[in-house]
Amino acid sequence: MHKITLPVEEKDIRDLHVGDEVRIYGTMITARDAAHKYLIENTPEFIKPYLEDSFIYHCGPVVKKSGKGYQFVAAGPTTSIREEPYESMIIKQYHVRGIIGKGGMGDQTLEALNANGSVYLHAIGGLASLLAQSVKKVRDVFMLEEFGVPEAMWVIDVEDFPAVVTMDSHGGSLHKEIFAHSEAMTQRLIHPVQV
Amino acid sequence: MAIQLDAGRFEQQIYDLIVKASTDLAPDVVQAIRTAKEHEAEGSPAKNVLGMILRNIDLARNNRTPICQDTGSNIYFIHYPVGISTQILQHAIHQATERATRDSILRPNAVDPVSGKNSGTNVGEESPFLHFEEWDADSIQVDLMLKGGGCENVSTQYKLPDTSLSAGRDLNGVYKTVIDAVNKAQGLGCAPGILGIGIGGDRMVSHLTAKKQLFRKLTDKNPHSDLAEMEQRLYDDLNTLGIGPMGFGGKTTVLGVKIGAAHRVPASYFVSIAYMCWAFRRHSLTLKDGEVHYA
Repeated sequence: MHKITLPVEEKDIRDLHVGDEVRIYGTMITARDAAHKYLIENTPEFIKPYLEDSFIYHCGPVVKKSGKGYQFVAAGPTTSIREEPYESMIIKQYHVRGIIGKGGMGDQTLEALNANGSVYLHAIGGLASLLAQSVKKVRDVFMLEEFGVPEAMWVIDVEDFPAVVTMDSHGGSLHKEIFAHSEAMTQRLIHPVQV
Repeated sequence: MAIQLDAGRFEQQIYDLIVKASTDLAPDVVQAIRTAKEHEAEGSPAKNVLGMILRNIDLARNNRTPICQDTGSNIYFIHYPVGISTQILQHAIHQATERATRDSILRPNAVDPVSGKNSGTNVGEESPFLHFEEWDADSIQVDLMLKGGGCENVSTQYKLPDTSLSAGRDLNGVYKTVIDAVNKAQGLGCAPGILGIGIGGDRMVSHLTAKKQLFRKLTDKNPHSDLAEMEQRLYDDLNTLGIGPMGFGGKTTVLGVKIGAAHRVPASYFVSIAYMCWAFRRHSLTLKDGEVHYA
């Protein structure tokens, strides 16, 4: 089990490999579809300190507002591949050290992880109540009015947040391995060899 | 004889149904996940994932918080007797939906595709989706499913014949499309998935038939013997693909396969696959003789 505390240095990320289980501590930010488009098209200056050496979490939470401010009540990962057109640029431009999401990402992102010394971490999809318990505090929120609750950029403090490395900074991807196997099985089932 | 409907009480009953759907999985689904966990190898990522999923299910039920933050498209199938106003039913469902959204039981999930604006209430054009059918019974039955975007995005439709799959216009052709769809989905639909499959119809009926299958119990048996056989064959073969929970590898790629058929026009042969994530949130309520029963 690896413990990662944010912000994190490149050398600690280079130590991680596909299959490693990690627990994350510190401050990170949520960003999904609208936010990724916004980060590329508007390159907002104010967001840079939140991304540098930190993690982006692909998540559209259920949030409760009370007298004490905002609280995450359900916060599992959303599908990452939708951000493939943007992610490699965002990793390089904002020096993001890690992406947390689900389902894995494509070759462009894998290349950016390698070039920048970053990592893709898979959280368990649908684990919303459990993962919300790891979100200890909502520090701030950006673009709430413009994007709505799921798409806003939430700055959160997490503790003991569980994830698994499925794409590392050395070109390794669990998703490629699993697909190669299931693709071979699929071909055997769809096109059985005639005897 | 028409049954009496108290609109205010019905709204509360729908609210309770939404809470149940969002925070508590049905027993047949939980049992399927438990059994899957037992079959996975000791210490494997698949077993760990299923263990965490079971912990999350308990936590959501005990804390009354959403199992998954994507509380999805809210899909209602409503059966009602002669004499009931569907407008009153619709109004009550909209009111209950808005309240459940305010109470953080549902995430605001209705986005205007033109302006990009979120309605903030889950109520909008065709949202929630309501499908009404009048029936002979002297009761109202409301089936609700919350279907997240991740698994809806990997749901798909094929048109047979499909030369790339060597899939002809028969059940063997259907089989090939389903294998192909699940392989393409990998872990993206939050595997292990449950498949509702609709064959025949036009494109719309085919998708509708597929979605309807998801309201069947995982333990039921298809009354049509050819379809029952195909459901079993697909279940067995899909679980040899090795995709596993979350796409991390393992023996459990699907928890269930349910197939329905609708008559088609001679020129068309559609196969629709409604992929549902493991967070298979569906519950129903029945109103009869002034009493409400949840299942």
